[in-house]
Amino acid sequence: MDQTASEPFEFESRLNLTLLTGVKASDLAQLLENLRTVPGAVVYFHTHHFLVQHQYLSPEPPNDFAYWVSNNLLEQRLGEELASVDVLRFHTIHELRDELIRVIENYLEFNPEVRVAPPGMEFYFKRSVSFIIKTGFVAHNLHEFRAAFDHISLSSISFHMFDARLRLERGDNDFSAWIERALGQKELAASLRRLDPYTHTEDGVRRAIAGMIDKALRR
Amino acid sequence: MPAGLSEYIPVVGEGVVAELRLLGERLAGKRVLNVNSTKVGGGVAEILQRLVPLLRELGIDARWEVVTGTEDFFVLTKKLHNALHGAPIAFTPADRQVFNEVTEANLAAIDLDADIRFIHDPQPAGLIRAREGRDGNWMWRCHIDVSAPAPGAWEFIAPMVERYDLSVFSAPQFARTLPIPQILIAPSIDPLSDKNRELPRTEVETILKRFGIHSDKPIICQISRFDRLKDPVGVIKAWQMVKTRFDCQLVLAGGSATDDPEGAAVLKEVREQAGDAPDVFILDLAPTSNVEINALQQASTVVVQKSLKEGFGLTVSEALWKRRPVIASAVGGIPLQISHKYSGILTHTIEGTAYWIKQLLGAPEFAHKLGENGHNHVRENFLLTRHMRDYLLTFLFVAHGGEDDVIRL
Repeated sequence: MDQTASEPFEFESRLNLTLLTGVKASDLAQLLENLRTVPGAVVYFHTHHFLVQHQYLSPEPPNDFAYWVSNNLLEQRLGEELASVDVLRFHTIHELRDELIRVIENYLEFNPEVRVAPPGMEFYFKRSVSFIIKTGFVAHNLHEFRAAFDHISLSSISFHMFDARLRLERGDNDFSAWIERALGQKELAASLRRLDPYTHTEDGVRRAIAGMIDKALRR
Repeated sequence: MPAGLSEYIPVVGEGVVAELRLLGERLAGKRVLNVNSTKVGGGVAEILQRLVPLLRELGIDARWEVVTGTEDFFVLTKKLHNALHGAPIAFTPADRQVFNEVTEANLAAIDLDADIRFIHDPQPAGLIRAREGRDGNWMWRCHIDVSAPAPGAWEFIAPMVERYDLSVFSAPQFARTLPIPQILIAPSIDPLSDKNRELPRTEVETILKRFGIHSDKPIICQISRFDRLKDPVGVIKAWQMVKTRFDCQLVLAGGSATDDPEGAAVLKEVREQAGDAPDVFILDLAPTSNVEINALQQASTVVVQKSLKEGFGLTVSEALWKRRPVIASAVGGIPLQISHKYSGILTHTIEGTAYWIKQLLGAPEFAHKLGENGHNHVRENFLLTRHMRDYLLTFLFVAHGGEDDVIRL
């Protein structure tokens, strides 16, 4: 029998609007300088929008910095280092920014001669404004939770997996948190937590989570 | 009749349309006034024709008005358009007077009572003068490339633009230094329109036959008006290099050039460059030839967009949507639509274009993958539903004061 949750799960969604900052970089030195001073919403944009805009490309670099450095500055090594920054390790955008800065600084220390991006291929810093909206889907047990996964948008999954943890600084993804707190299913919560959403496409994340829940429901 | 929102569900999925409806609920009853300079012709009118009914379907009280003007006014605004694109044109006090007079006449004629006014492009930008004493928000939407304007051109409109609550641009490089927020909203294609809906193979064949194009021989195609900035002569040169190795046809199809002296001259140059090669098809199409353009794109083996300068270059998204491999210049909004070697190919020269056409003709599996990736990229980023969502979010952003990074609706 499916256990009733101690509190319902309300599926929300996040829709982003992109703002232009007017700030751009042509080389690594400018990228670094601006990365230090731009608002956190800018760092969030460039480390997360790639997942939505290029979701079919995953596991390509999940952040714009890595993509730009590899493809426009042709600094493959640094591009790889930036792509391999493990976003899941960080609990705040501030910490993530510090790590990106450290990686670039470290590279510049040994590679001071910087290349310049071709005209028109500069890095344009953008900012993300997030709108959080209730989807109307509510789950009172794991069956209803699973059923909702067939209907909610990728933005909703992305909100609960990415934004809740890093942008809203809730410390955990919403799905794991609810499954553990309201259903007491620690094992399922932990397996969801182990999933690295940054190495999947969003649709891949949807399938992976649905598969884990299906497995738990069969037990 | 334009498609209703639910008709987009099979294309973009239930979740995307549901989100539009949720956003619409937050804006229900809001009076949104769009103002531009023409009801027909051009990308802005095309998008408003589709968007305004869809906004109304969501319960938003959307209206669309156009500014009217004298011949002098439209000569001036055409000049302004060209200067904003970089043409070296100077403006005189008389120009300013013409602009002001027509703006005053439109201020008297147009009902500007609304919660949100969405003013498109420079022609109606002066309506901001009516701001004093009126409630509601003012937004200015720039549809043109203002990345490198001629001296004096941006200054002509800047004092007006700066009085708006926010501005909207189509590509990051078009952003200006402004004291108001600048939103990035790319244009879009409508997947259900005649130009983009999937045509039955028989219809495509019939259209090819009508033009004398063979469906059993590879087709390289560029859809663009006959304009030097689209480099049609360069496309022919690239095709000539390819033709020595691959037996293929070239189709250059564009809008009518009869009323444009420069267009006619370019068409002549194109015909001269092509000579009497039997595999080159230069098609001077009527502006309403949407189905024909669709069929040509759908039938192409490789689509080229070798522009030297480009506003956004939506023909790239049109071709990608049809799962075609696209080779395009890295100018304007094209790099937003193509990630090199993932969702298409970006080139910089005629030789590079020829090289990549040969590569794609020789590696159809890779070409197919580019087309598939391109299609997915367009579905997520350049369809009308995304455009509409961005507009709804912009309305909500301005209605919430235009400052917060996270807004709970």
